[in-house]
Amino acid sequence: MTATSAHAEPPPHPTLSPEGRGQPLLSVNNIEVVYSDVILVLRGLSLAVPPGQIVALLGANGAGKSTTLKAISGLLRTEDGAITRGEVRFAGEPIQALDAGRIVRKGVFQVMEGRRIVADMTVIENLRLGAFTRRDRAVGADIDRVFHFFPRLKERTGLAGYLSGGEQQMLAIGRALMAQPKLILMDEPSMGLSPLLVKEVFAIIQQLNRELGITILLVEQNARMALQVASYGYVMENGKVVLDGTAAELANNEDVKEFYLGGSGERRSFKNLKSYRRRKRWI
Amino acid sequence: MDLTLLGQLLLNGVIVGTLYGVVAMCFVLIYKASQVVNFAQGEFLLIGAWVCWSMLTTYQIPFVWSFLITLVFMLVFGVLLQIVVLRPLIGEPVIAVIMVTIGLSIVFQALMKWMFGVFAQPFPPIFERDSVTIGALEVKTVYVMSMIVSVIIMAGFGYFFKATRLGLAMRATAFDQQVAQSMGVSIHQVFALSWAISAMVSAVAGVVIGIVSGVSSGLSFYGIKVFPAVILGGLDSIVGGVVGGIVIGVLENLAHYLDSQFLHWGNMIEIAPFYVLIVILMIKPYGLFGTRDIERV
Repeated sequence: MTATSAHAEPPPHPTLSPEGRGQPLLSVNNIEVVYSDVILVLRGLSLAVPPGQIVALLGANGAGKSTTLKAISGLLRTEDGAITRGEVRFAGEPIQALDAGRIVRKGVFQVMEGRRIVADMTVIENLRLGAFTRRDRAVGADIDRVFHFFPRLKERTGLAGYLSGGEQQMLAIGRALMAQPKLILMDEPSMGLSPLLVKEVFAIIQQLNRELGITILLVEQNARMALQVASYGYVMENGKVVLDGTAAELANNEDVKEFYLGGSGERRSFKNLKSYRRRKRWI
Repeated sequence: MDLTLLGQLLLNGVIVGTLYGVVAMCFVLIYKASQVVNFAQGEFLLIGAWVCWSMLTTYQIPFVWSFLITLVFMLVFGVLLQIVVLRPLIGEPVIAVIMVTIGLSIVFQALMKWMFGVFAQPFPPIFERDSVTIGALEVKTVYVMSMIVSVIIMAGFGYFFKATRLGLAMRATAFDQQVAQSMGVSIHQVFALSWAISAMVSAVAGVVIGIVSGVSSGLSFYGIKVFPAVILGGLDSIVGGVVGGIVIGVLENLAHYLDSQFLHWGNMIEIAPFYVLIVILMIKPYGLFGTRDIERV
């Protein structure tokens, strides 16, 4: 840890639930993830998500954010990855040995990066697919609930492949709601969307959290947006958490400002900027 | 010009074609769900027909029960085949999987000959009336039954993929396996299910053809006829399989008509579908309804 600014020191045990509020809904303890038996991607990552909150996971490309989400949801195995050390606990139970289907049934649902809706199905078929793990008869009512949150999906009766990017993202989130999850792992919901749509999507994420009480672990490139909706945040680099704190703390942190929020005020020459960046890596 | 013969042949074509369509659907189902080109599809018909035949004749079980036992047998057979033979091959090169299905086809073919002999065996008569008249044409009752069964199967497929939870899961798996898994779908289950359905429905077709023309190893030739049908319709389109099947059925009977009336080359009915196969591969390799593979960078 070579972070220079004094207030950027992470707490000694990031596994303890942030703000010390009881037991976290999700806790990831010191996990190590290896792809194809050789590529070490996560090296001792720990984080905790308290129930009912939005927690942001920030970091540069390749830091291992998506891998973290896949390690939690069990989708890692579909990419020849494995958790080789550490533990993932959801609602107190270890889930790292379960397959993806079991984890969805426990109430953890991942909305994957790039929306990944089924393009040759209709909106309603996509939504019903989201309810795959359920066998109750309330699926129809839940479709209406999704349309309540995303009224513009209701008008789209054709194939989901013809939806606009924003609508596809809404469908991806709506599809997650159909599984009635307790925790949604959201990977880059703002990817490829116009600033206006990003605002809309984030407003809905907040609304879901508030009205339905769904806990959200949010991975974002758009750190400014993420820290506005989240209550707590983690910053990752090279497969581990290098910084964490409340959203307000992170938003005011000089390093976070410099790396993720951009433009900290004073103008620097390109040369200075480069050397500054090089000096201030969090390793 | 013999118009009655033409009409009769066209009707034949549609009836046989819908059966091709049914087998083609089964073939496409496996291909879509698990990307396996199943060269043993014809043997599914053969096995189903022989099982039903032996229930009927050797064990003297009434037809309805024989038929149901056959379905259950094929369900178990399909699942076991997937788990024992094909599951370990997941992730292996396509050509290895194809060689295995060709191997399966040879093994089943030989096994059936060993168990039931090489001679065609007729089904005991199932209908009281041998034929019915529709308009001016005399149609065998078994053909009417075959048509009805095929249409029911097709409607069943349509319902299954549109309206059921497992049907949607299968479509999602065909589209993107990781997405399906993120919804909680077990793709191993989907693979096993696709083989089970394919084996069951093929067996139905096998029994129908067995009733029409007796059970013999010639039944597995339907597995080969399926290739022109699915290539014409598009390898990954179930609707394409049906349309392709009917077109091939009509086409081969038309070829037969031309052959018997004018050309006198002999045996056009057997080879015409494969001319179509070659032409389609040359001018429209993705078929009528198939998706063109778009390489994205």
